[in-house]
Formats: sequence, C-alpha cells, structure tokens
Amino acid sequence: MNTNLLWLIPTLPFAGFLLNGTLGRKLPRAAVSAIALLFTLAPALIVADLWIYMKSAAAPLAISVTSRPWIAITGFQVNFAFAVDHLTLIMLAVVTGVGFLIHIYSAGYMAHEEGYWRFFAYLNLFMFFMLVLVLSSSFLLLFVGWEGVGLASYLLIGFYFTKDSAAKAGKKAFVVNRIGDFGFLLAMFLLIQHFGSLDFGTVFSKISATPITGGFLTTIALLLVLGAAGKSAQIPLYIWLPDAMEGPTPVSALIHAATMVTAGIYMIARCHTLFDRSPYALGVVACIGAATALMAATIGMVQHDIKRVLAYSTVSQLGYMFMACGVGAYGAGIFHLMTHAFFKALLFLSAGSVIHALSGEQDMRVMGGLRKRIPITFWCMTMGVFAIAGIPPLAGFFSKDEILYQTFLWDNPLAKLLWAVGLFTAFLTSFYMFRLWFKTFFGAPRFEEHGPSHAPDLHAAHGAAVHASKSSTLTLEAEHDSAHAHGVHESPLVMTLPLMILAILSIIGGWVGVPLAFGGHNEIEHFLGPVFNPTEHVAEHIATRSAEPILATISVLTAALGFFVAYFFYYRKPGTAAALAQKFQPIYSLLDHKYWVDEIYGLVIVAPLLMVSRFFLGGIVEAGLVQGTSATLAGTTRGAGSIVRRMQSGNIRSYAGWLAIGAAAVIAIVLFTH
Amino acid sequence: MVPIAYYLVLAAIIFCIGIASFLIKRNVITIFMSIELMLNAVNLTFVAFAHMWHQVSGQIFVFFVMVVAAAEAAVGLAIIIALFRARQTLNVDSVNLMKN
Repeated sequence: MNTNLLWLIPTLPFAGFLLNGTLGRKLPRAAVSAIALLFTLAPALIVADLWIYMKSAAAPLAISVTSRPWIAITGFQVNFAFAVDHLTLIMLAVVTGVGFLIHIYSAGYMAHEEGYWRFFAYLNLFMFFMLVLVLSSSFLLLFVGWEGVGLASYLLIGFYFTKDSAAKAGKKAFVVNRIGDFGFLLAMFLLIQHFGSLDFGTVFSKISATPITGGFLTTIALLLVLGAAGKSAQIPLYIWLPDAMEGPTPVSALIHAATMVTAGIYMIARCHTLFDRSPYALGVVACIGAATALMAATIGMVQHDIKRVLAYSTVSQLGYMFMACGVGAYGAGIFHLMTHAFFKALLFLSAGSVIHALSGEQDMRVMGGLRKRIPITFWCMTMGVFAIAGIPPLAGFFSKDEILYQTFLWDNPLAKLLWAVGLFTAFLTSFYMFRLWFKTFFGAPRFEEHGPSHAPDLHAAHGAAVHASKSSTLTLEAEHDSAHAHGVHESPLVMTLPLMILAILSIIGGWVGVPLAFGGHNEIEHFLGPVFNPTEHVAEHIATRSAEPILATISVLTAALGFFVAYFFYYRKPGTAAALAQKFQPIYSLLDHKYWVDEIYGLVIVAPLLMVSRFFLGGIVEAGLVQGTSATLAGTTRGAGSIVRRMQSGNIRSYAGWLAIGAAAVIAIVLFTH
Repeated sequence: MVPIAYYLVLAAIIFCIGIASFLIKRNVITIFMSIELMLNAVNLTFVAFAHMWHQVSGQIFVFFVMVVAAAEAAVGLAIIIALFRARQTLNVDSVNLMKN
C-alpha cells in the first residue's frame, strides 16, 4: 500500500470539479456525468483498497502522510498532513460510497435540469472538501474542509438561484454556519495558545500527558460544540437545515443527510480525548443532542412537505448521535452515523423519486396511493422507513438501540432522563416516518394526473376522467415547461439502482454492530476500539450487558407503537389526525410553526442586529464617521488645491518667474549652507 | 589684471537684467533679446573662468553656446515674423490662442 495514494483521494474529485467547472458548459451531458462519476468512483476504489490493507493484521493502526510545511512561524507549524485510522476509514467509506451512489442517482434525477454541469462541478467540489475534512490530521486542515463543505452546501442549496426562497435558504445556511465557525475558530486560537500546535497527535498527546481537567479545556470543548452544533444542525443552530431542502434532492441526500451534517459528530469523536477531560462539556453535548432529537421529532410530526419531514428527521437523528457522543459512546455515535447515512440517503433519494414521479410535487397532502404505481421506489423506501423506525433486524435498530443502551448506562444523574427522552423520540420517529409512508404510498390518490399514465392498475373511473380531460391536460402539459411532466411513472434504472443498493445497505448495515447480547460480535465497537479506548479492552465493558435485551424489547415495542398509531391515524381512520389537531389547536399550531423559533430568532437577534446596522452603523458610523471624515478630507484637499492652483496661471512669464525664484532659492541654499 | 570677481559680478548683473526684462517685457522681440542677454552673461562667466584656470574647454563651450544661440535666433526670428504676419501684433499676452 503506497501511502501517497492518500493524496489522490481528495485530489481526484477536485480534478473533476476543475474539469467540469471550466469545460462543462461546452461538454455534452453524458460527458459531464461521466467525468463526475469517474472522479468519484476512483477515490471510492482507493478507499476500498485502503480498507483491505487496514483490515490486514500486519497493518498499523493509523497511517499518515505529511507534505512540506504549510504555515511555519517561530514556535508554531502546520503541515499539509493526512492521517487514516479506523474512524477516518469509516467516514471515508461512507463519504465515497454513498457519495458515488448519489452521483449515479443525480445523473438521472438532474437529467432535465438547467445547469447540469454546474451541479456536478459543485458535487465534486463538495466531495473534495468533505474528503479533506475527514482525512486531515490537524484542526486547521479540518477547518479548511469544514468551510469548504459549507461553501459547497451554500452553492448547492442555492442551485436554483433564480428562486428567491432558494437563494435565501442558502444565505441562511451560510450565515448560521458562520456562528458555529466562529466558535471553532476561537477554539483553535485557544489550542494554539495552550498547546502551541493544531496537530491532532500533538494536542491530544499533550492533553493525555498532563492531568488537567475542566478550565480552559471545557472552554475549548464548548467552543468546538458550538462549531459542531452549527454544522450538524443542533440546538440552537439547527434552523438552517430544514430550509436547506430548497436544494435539489440528491444534494439533500448527500450533503444535508448523509455526509456534511455528520461532520460535527465526526469532529467531536475525533476530539474525544479533549471531551473526555471535560465531563461538563460532554454533559452539554448529551443534553443538546437529546433536546434536539426530541424537538425536531415533534416538529417533524406535523410537516406536510415530504422533504421537510425528512429534514427534521435528520436533525433529530443527528441529535441521537450527539447524545451518543455526549454519554461517551463515540463508537455508537459513529455506528449510527454510518447506518443513518445509508437509510437517510435512501429515504431522501426515494423521496426524490416520488417527487420525480409526481413532476415536482412535494406536498404529502396531495400524494397517496403510490404503492402500486412506483413499486421499486415503494419497496426501497419501505426498507428505509423500517430501518429508521428501528424495526429489527434493519440497520437503524442496532445503532439506535446501542445509543439508547449506552445512554441508559451513562454514569450521570441525567442518564435515565435522557434515555426516556431518547425512547420517546424513537416513538415519535417511528410515528412520523410511518405517517409519511402511509400518506405517500397508501390510501386513495390525492394528486391530479398530469397526463396519460403508464400504470396498469389505473382505476376505471379515474381513467375515464383522465380521458375526458385529455385535451385540457395536453395544453396544460405544453405550458408546463418541466420536461418530465408525463404522468406518474417509475424512475429510470439509473435512479432506482442506487436506491436498491442503499436499501440493501439499510438492511444489512447494522449487522456489523450486533451486540453480544444478541449473539453478535459488535464488530464496529472492536473496529473503532483502538481509536476511542486504546488502553482499555473492549471486551470488559461488554461483559456487563444483562439489561440489553430488556431495553431492546422496550425500544422495539416503542417502534411498533409508533407504527400502529400512524396506521390508525393515517390508514384506518384518516380523519383522526385532523380531528386531534383541531382539538389540541394550540399545541398543533405550536408544532406547525416549529415552536416559532425562526420568528423568535428574527425578533431577538436579527431585528436588533438590523436596527443596530441601520441606525447606529448605517446612520451614525457610516453617514457620520466614515462619510463625514471623507467629506472633510475631500473639502480640505479641494480648498488647498484652489489656493495652490493660482500658481498655475497658464501665463508663461509667471512660470518663468517661479523658475527664476526657484533657481535663486537653490543657489541661496547651496551658498548659505556651506 | 582685472580680478575674476569683477567679471562674475558683471555677468550676474547682466543675467539679472536679462531675467527681469524677460519677466516684465511684453514685446516678443525684447523678450528674445533678454534671452540673448542671459546667454551672453553665462558666456562671459565661461570665458572668465577659462582664462583664470588656463583651460581652453570653457572657451570651446562658449562657441557651442553661440552656435546654438545663432540657430535659435534664426528660428525664433522666423517665428516672430510669421507671428506678426498672422496676428499683426508683437505682444505675447495677446498670443494666447492655445490657452484654456
């Protein structure tokens, strides 16, 4: 294994970005997608090779490559350096693997969109920065990737930049992320001040070597949490993620579900040495995670936009991962990160397929009955829904159960409370996912046909209605400039193939973490063991797992309860939910308005800031100070000029006079200074 | 033998007269003459110093200045004649067509 191959992993997508970004406009679509896919597949293959190498017994626990110094000043140096250990390996596999699948899907999904080349250039740019982020072995290079994925996210959320809401959502994501980045930057400054280095190895070994706890370490940890909360959409900075759904659906799947938003969790896991020294910061992480999980899940219950439900679900699941990190179960957090990447990417892509089938419709109130019309999408999405709801033996069950179990065992008075919150969230998750499932795929179709359908099971009456209105729909279709407005149809293979692969991954993805209590080996725990507890033997703390089967049974029952409630509300008695909403109007409207968080932020933060900008900065500083100063300066200069310009009369003899006076002055100076 | 200072003071006086008349006079021919005056004041200092140091190069320089002055006079007088034909005036202040 040539370690220099590590450089290639991020560089290849960057090359793809450059190619598509500069030449893409002139290339045919097939060539654009071929370039993008090739430059994403190649890193995936390198990662696979790397994986095989690292799995072999002889391999070191971590490999690294370092280039020449990047920043070198007295007493402080940062290199371009990459390192791969088992944690990075999992992230690499998820990013390149899921990333490649989503690239394939995008080739089909975006086929009719304007700016095809731009889309793929941005996607490859994102891959580049994300790979830099996970590969870097210093805070600074990680920050480069961190900012870079933020940029790519901004560009892709605002991909339909002519749409006002999309442009605004991109801006919102960027600004909210800046708040988190501010925390990250301060944390880096503190690290430089206290450790004189930003290299992971140096910083962490220094922390391990000295018995310091709390104090500035807590400050650093909390600032890092702020950064992570921004990137991973946690309270109080989660507000950008639901709006980020304005981007194309593959983007939501790749960036806002599977990879970028997990960067915060990755960062916390990466800095576990630091967090382990600060129980207070860990407690904050756990509480933020639990609160976000619960809050987002409750909002997700009442959303009507299929992508928004998934967005809040993502926020909620990220909260789970945060909670896992907070209780010190980093392995469980990363495990859930991986399974979540599989099933959430699957859910988003399936949702994209549904939206594609309905020619851009995202509102679940006008879906329904799609089960037989788009069967492949239906079955794939079913796997995703079951996986996220925590139905065994699908992926989500094992990872979520591991998190709940570790939370239960947490050595903290809050442990049981957080566990209960997690369990309740699991119920809500199951409920809103099955709500989505039933509303989309079951019941009577609530959408209007856009044209002759290819589906064989069309109801006769419905078909007649379609034929009766055929002439009018044809004109409608002509007005509809979307190229795929031709009835409900299953997506092409290029889109369904990634769905099927992800569905299989969503089923089997959790099997690497089957706990001992169920006869598994919890391989992922062993795999990550060297990263998270290099001294401790993993086997020791697995031995005490007697409570696990009971807890697992409880969470399965919870998931089942969620299913039955959703079944009852949205399948058996579809009116019940609306009646309940009517009955508990205040609660419903609270949830429907997302706790008015956007409005509160607008009132408490944005409005005062705007006031300050407009009246203090704009009125006093800008108009008074800045413009006043420059006006005074300009006036003085002009006044001086109007005096001096009298010398320049245009009269040759006056010039000659000045010349003579000047010459006389020079002679006088020469004479009298000697 | 006349001391060198006498020559220099005389040259300075002639040069100052040249400058003064150049600045004061409006008649273009007078201005032209005052330029000649300044040139010759400088020539005088050249010759004086050449004599003092027994160096011939100062005198050679004077020849050059005289050649240039002659050429200048030829061109300058031609311009003055042309100007007078065109404008019927020798007053430099009224020859300001290019001004502004």
